Amino acid sequence: MATTATAVPRRWRLPYRLQVDRRLEAPRWLSPLVSLGAILVALLLGAVILEIVGGDAVAAYAHIGRAAFGNLGVFSDTLVKATPLILVGLACAVAFQMKLWNIGAEGQFFMGALGASVVVLAPIVPIEAPRWVTIPAMLVAGMAFGALWGAIPGLLKATLRVNEVITTLMLNYVAISLVNFFVFAVWSEGGFQMSPTFQRAAWLPRLADYASQVPLFRGLTTHLGLAFALVAAGVVWYILYRSLWGFEIRLVGDNPRAAHYAGVNIVRNTVLVMMLSGALAGLAGMSEISGVVHRLQTSISPGYGFTGIIIAWLAKLNPLVVAPVSVLFGGLILAGREIQPAGVPRLIQGIILFTLIASEVLLRYRVRLVRVDAEPA
Amino acid sequence: MDPIIILQAGVASGTVLLFATIGEIITERSGVMNLGLEGMMLIGAMSAFGVTVTTGNGFLGLLVAMLVAGLLALLHGVVTIHFQADQVVSGLALTFLGTGLSLVFGEGLNKAGAISLLPVQSVPVLSAIPILGPIFFTNHSIMVYVGYLLVPAVWAYIHFTRPGLHLRAVGENPTAADAMGLNVYRLRYLYVFVGGTLAGLAGGTISLAISPGWFSELTTSGQGWIAIGLVIFAQWDPWRAAFGAYTFGALRRMILDIQGPQALLGLRNPFFFNPYLGFFLQMLPYLFTIVVLIIGSREALRKRLGAPAALGLPYIRGERGA
Repeated sequence: MATTATAVPRRWRLPYRLQVDRRLEAPRWLSPLVSLGAILVALLLGAVILEIVGGDAVAAYAHIGRAAFGNLGVFSDTLVKATPLILVGLACAVAFQMKLWNIGAEGQFFMGALGASVVVLAPIVPIEAPRWVTIPAMLVAGMAFGALWGAIPGLLKATLRVNEVITTLMLNYVAISLVNFFVFAVWSEGGFQMSPTFQRAAWLPRLADYASQVPLFRGLTTHLGLAFALVAAGVVWYILYRSLWGFEIRLVGDNPRAAHYAGVNIVRNTVLVMMLSGALAGLAGMSEISGVVHRLQTSISPGYGFTGIIIAWLAKLNPLVVAPVSVLFGGLILAGREIQPAGVPRLIQGIILFTLIASEVLLRYRVRLVRVDAEPA
Repeated sequence: MDPIIILQAGVASGTVLLFATIGEIITERSGVMNLGLEGMMLIGAMSAFGVTVTTGNGFLGLLVAMLVAGLLALLHGVVTIHFQADQVVSGLALTFLGTGLSLVFGEGLNKAGAISLLPVQSVPVLSAIPILGPIFFTNHSIMVYVGYLLVPAVWAYIHFTRPGLHLRAVGENPTAADAMGLNVYRLRYLYVFVGGTLAGLAGGTISLAISPGWFSELTTSGQGWIAIGLVIFAQWDPWRAAFGAYTFGALRRMILDIQGPQALLGLRNPFFFNPYLGFFLQMLPYLFTIVVLIIGSREALRKRLGAPAALGLPYIRGERGA
């Protein structure tokens, strides 16, 4: 293994130098520790930038902590924000496991919202239909629309080797334009950029709906979508780590050539994984309009699809870790809305992703400070 | 719907895509893929506009834009070249970071008043040529002419100079390049930086010349990603990049103009009578990018041409490479 020395000036010598060695295997406890360190460094860098532009970093972070986790009410709002994040985080994680760079979760989210809206507004399910008919129909439609939107880049990648990074990203813009068309031209209510409010049967039940039985639930906005997200996390974990299909997905991600020789059908898996990924993001869109917005409108996402990428990476693509990480980012998005300047949450997310991938070098290399004169010559 | 006007405006707005695409071609030729174009263009647009508002000097604005975007690109360089991080993820991180930085530092810039833009020029003799003169040489920002010079210069640099040969060598076979005595790391850093400066130039060209002003993320509206698509369409060749960039520019302008007249080719213009159909027109550049990618990929499969062989792979000295 190569041993290289850096940071050694030619003439004037520091008493210490950095010694960098390749690791054969990183200890299990190191990875979460390094991730935690990366987040701390990111928050520190974010604070420095905030101070440079004249903001008050301490106050901003304290505000995020209070406004996201301060009491049961705001924590419930944080969970509402975390719900779509869990689902898009899973969508990204499952695709990234196969090294399929689906960065179109945002568009698949919008398509899922559109699919669920078609069920209510077309209408496919009559207005008088009970909730146990309407909600499952919206669920299926939302996932189907998302899966369709994921299948397009999947097919292009599998058959024509078209770079999925760009196709998924381009389809984001297309999906948003399509939703805008329906919002403005087809379902606009009185010329406003929103559809009429859905009937109550199309709303996911909230904790607050049960306040008469459980007084503690009064005013809590957390809705059934959170249960969908947690179930999805379990299902995706089972698929990835306990099923043959998941083994194939991970094998293709690690070593496509070996997977090919092992007889894994890469074309079919590419399309299926993109569809699964799209369906999860579509479910996020459905859950958001059915559980929170209760109508279709243009501004239903503060970039959930993109935050999902960071969440998936921070969770090391592990579906079970996606959920707690999403709660943290849900808090950041919730509390970040009130922080000026407006780009701060985005900036912090960017810095976190950067320090995170940079820190991974510590898992591959051991970096030590050694005394120069203490070394054998 | 005057075709000359559409093409003239297409060349102007295509210049933005041209700078970004050429920059990415140079970076990718050295074996590093930088998907952070959108972020670098945004920070370029913001800093060019900000500097011009405070100093009144557009060229200083462009210079700062190139420098800032270049520095941002170097961050991608450190993470991917030395830390061997995945280039796709690092590029995405750069997009987030560039977007966040430009939103935070550009806060309030959208309220800045009118500024002196980059000069507009016609070329004396050439503008008199029928058809080509009005399209290519009349009333263009000087950045458009910089674009004309950049294409042949980069093409000649890549194919006919010794440093150009080295650029291709580190992108195609870094192990062999290293054995030849080239410093693979240093060259890759250099070309990542150069690509970043051109992305910054593209951003500055938007905010100081093509659609002046700072409109947060709408300033670039996904052009950085379109440029990455164009690189694949162009098969890493500057001339094809120019063709693609100007065509896309013309398409963007046509989408605006097609909604104007009441009659189109003697028929009722549906886009005039139903403005909501404009949402479908807005999809066109993005759908067209996908089409262009499909064309590029098919061609690459057929001719067995394509990306630089070491594109996306970190080079680790002393270890067996691809």
